[in-house]
Amino acid sequence: MAELTRSYEKYFRQNRLPHLWCPGCGNGIVMKAIVQAIEKKGLTQDNTVIVSGIGCSSRASGYMDFDTIHTAHGRAIPFATGIKLSRPDLNVVVITGDGDCTAIGGNHFIHGCRRNVDLTVVLFNNNIYGMTGGQASPMTPLGGKATTAPYGSVDRTFDACALAEAAGATYVARSTAFHVQHLTDMIAQGLGSKGFSFIEAMVQCPTAFGRRNKFKSPADMLKWMRDHSVMKAAWDKLDDMKKGEAVGAGKFPIGLLYASSGSELDYDAAYDQVIERAGGAGK
Amino acid sequence: MKKARLMQGNEACAEGAIAAGVRFFAGYPITPSTEIAEAMAKLLPRHGGKFVQMEDEIASMGAILGAAMAGDKVMDATSGPGFSLKQELIGYAACAEIPCVLVDVQRVGPSTGQPTAPSQGDVMQVRWGTHGDHPMISLCPWSVRETFDLTVQAVNYAERFRTPVILLMDEMVGHLRERVELPEPEEIQVYPRRKPKKTRAEGYQPFEPDEDLVPNVADFGQGYHIHVTGLIHDDTGFPVGSPTVTEKAIKRLHEKIDRAADEIIKTESYFMEDAEYAVVAFGGTARTAYEAVKNMREQGMKVGLLRLVTIWPFADKVIEDLARKVKGIMVAELNYGQVVHEVRRAAQGACPVVLCGKYNMKSFEPVEIEAEIEKMVMDVEGGRA
Amino acid sequence: MQSEITVKEARCKGCGICAEFCPKQVLQVSELGKIQVVKGEACIGCGQCELRCPDYAIFVDKLAEVKGARA
Repeated sequence: MAELTRSYEKYFRQNRLPHLWCPGCGNGIVMKAIVQAIEKKGLTQDNTVIVSGIGCSSRASGYMDFDTIHTAHGRAIPFATGIKLSRPDLNVVVITGDGDCTAIGGNHFIHGCRRNVDLTVVLFNNNIYGMTGGQASPMTPLGGKATTAPYGSVDRTFDACALAEAAGATYVARSTAFHVQHLTDMIAQGLGSKGFSFIEAMVQCPTAFGRRNKFKSPADMLKWMRDHSVMKAAWDKLDDMKKGEAVGAGKFPIGLLYASSGSELDYDAAYDQVIERAGGAGK
Repeated sequence: MKKARLMQGNEACAEGAIAAGVRFFAGYPITPSTEIAEAMAKLLPRHGGKFVQMEDEIASMGAILGAAMAGDKVMDATSGPGFSLKQELIGYAACAEIPCVLVDVQRVGPSTGQPTAPSQGDVMQVRWGTHGDHPMISLCPWSVRETFDLTVQAVNYAERFRTPVILLMDEMVGHLRERVELPEPEEIQVYPRRKPKKTRAEGYQPFEPDEDLVPNVADFGQGYHIHVTGLIHDDTGFPVGSPTVTEKAIKRLHEKIDRAADEIIKTESYFMEDAEYAVVAFGGTARTAYEAVKNMREQGMKVGLLRLVTIWPFADKVIEDLARKVKGIMVAELNYGQVVHEVRRAAQGACPVVLCGKYNMKSFEPVEIEAEIEKMVMDVEGGRA
Repeated sequence: MQSEITVKEARCKGCGICAEFCPKQVLQVSELGKIQVVKGEACIGCGQCELRCPDYAIFVDKLAEVKGARA
């Protein structure tokens, strides 16, 4: 095995690297943030399962040295639900993309939030279907160009974080590939939070989104994130009119957007009540 | 002494699942299979298992596959419309070799069709519903007690071959109530979850086939760090874009079942010793066909019944032998004609094969089958078939 | 020179993110599409390049730390 320069590298399957993502793709940055968060929380490789759907981001599972499962398009959360309910002692992390999670997997996403299964879901939001070459997703910005929106998208976008909160997720955060340490912290907090934790990680897709949308380079896209993100505390200080203006200018809040008081039971804890009422025993 | 219980086919299915060791069930309500989910919701928490009602049939299929990878024996039940939705992940289970049992209690289709009416129209969807080349095992009970037994068998096959197994029921058997004696737990053979035979240090490969061509895939959380995917993969479990690996992988998926086909394929014969004509039937329709054949025997007609217990893999050899022996075969099925095509193919022209089909919401009456047998006999004897 | 820069060339895809975020113009993408250290002595060890490298191809250690690690 090649010498590991950094301790987090032990969480990668070294023989699978370099990864298949395009030059400048932000997925690698988020994948690193996830393993650093795992390291920070001290989760073991033997007791952590990575579940992904289909798409560019979902290829991450293959590079991560845990038990990993690359499921079907949109279905990562149902698979993860089964894994967690079967083995509550395992830490289950879901890696998904904007198309995977909010389009084909949209229903699973909201019901995962509602059920409050103890999962940590990291959505790699690159605003586009990258694997298939740049079609519009439910998170492609209004007016954004895509191969299936050559004249600019007229589809309104999902705010995945607002959706997660409304649907019952007990931890909701957003960060970006620019804010790597912040992103790592947001994921780590999610891992430490019992119940359905959702973290939206904005990532750049220079190949399928950037080129068509006037970004000159991957770094340009990261700078855009830097210049358009507003820390939650500062965002909250804006009055409604200023918030409206900020949204109009493409700005968005990052940070911990919602955390429940902790009074809701996660699904597995709730199911213990079922077992008790049924007079059941352990396996 | 064993206690006889009055039980519905759907309930017997749930009891069979528990007896076979199923400890996880994810469901979505759909007539006429709902009683299976209801029974599992009641039984599982008492047996250290879990039941979860998911948001749709795709999700429930996903949840059972996740739970199966985490070490549980799993089942899921549905009917036609839900079965259509599950096809995507049935293919996933076939490709990623995840053991699971799916029950399809058939109703009239296409589409929403006739939700409460019996049908046997999903036979081909069982075999070919998901995309791509894959093997399929499907068992078809005709009584409440057999529903119990075949559910156990289905779970055992799923575990042994690491493949999806479909228990193909119909509304007639699902909602049939009979007095049954269930076997004691010690009388039931249960196939255990396969375990890795090597450690990681010894070069364990999760998808390396054992002697029976089935891999000993580790459950999650055992320290093996395996990778599972619906992409075509090699023994390591990682996707490979190679023609050789692809060909080998698809071939092995089939061969692991093909090799054991003679053991898996089960049929039953009634009144066949000197039969000149045969009826082929399965599931609830076989009950009526049995009555019809019995009645005709009483009238002195040399007719017998071959019942398909295993629908897939198809009983090619049995049908071929039958076709050589009799003057004509009639397939009685509650659809526009599905199994009849398979029987015709397997008969290879050795005798005429005709269809007795029905698709008007009603199950067969014995007289209808008797009339069709008479017609077949007249046609064959008169040289018209 | 205040720090040591390690480049794992096999992993580098030449995206240029590291060069772009380097405050001292230490890095440059070569004609071969790989990152190269062109002004190593100017490196202040801020780690901005390593932080956002999507390919885990560049690592920076402050020299004192490097020495410490080797001791």
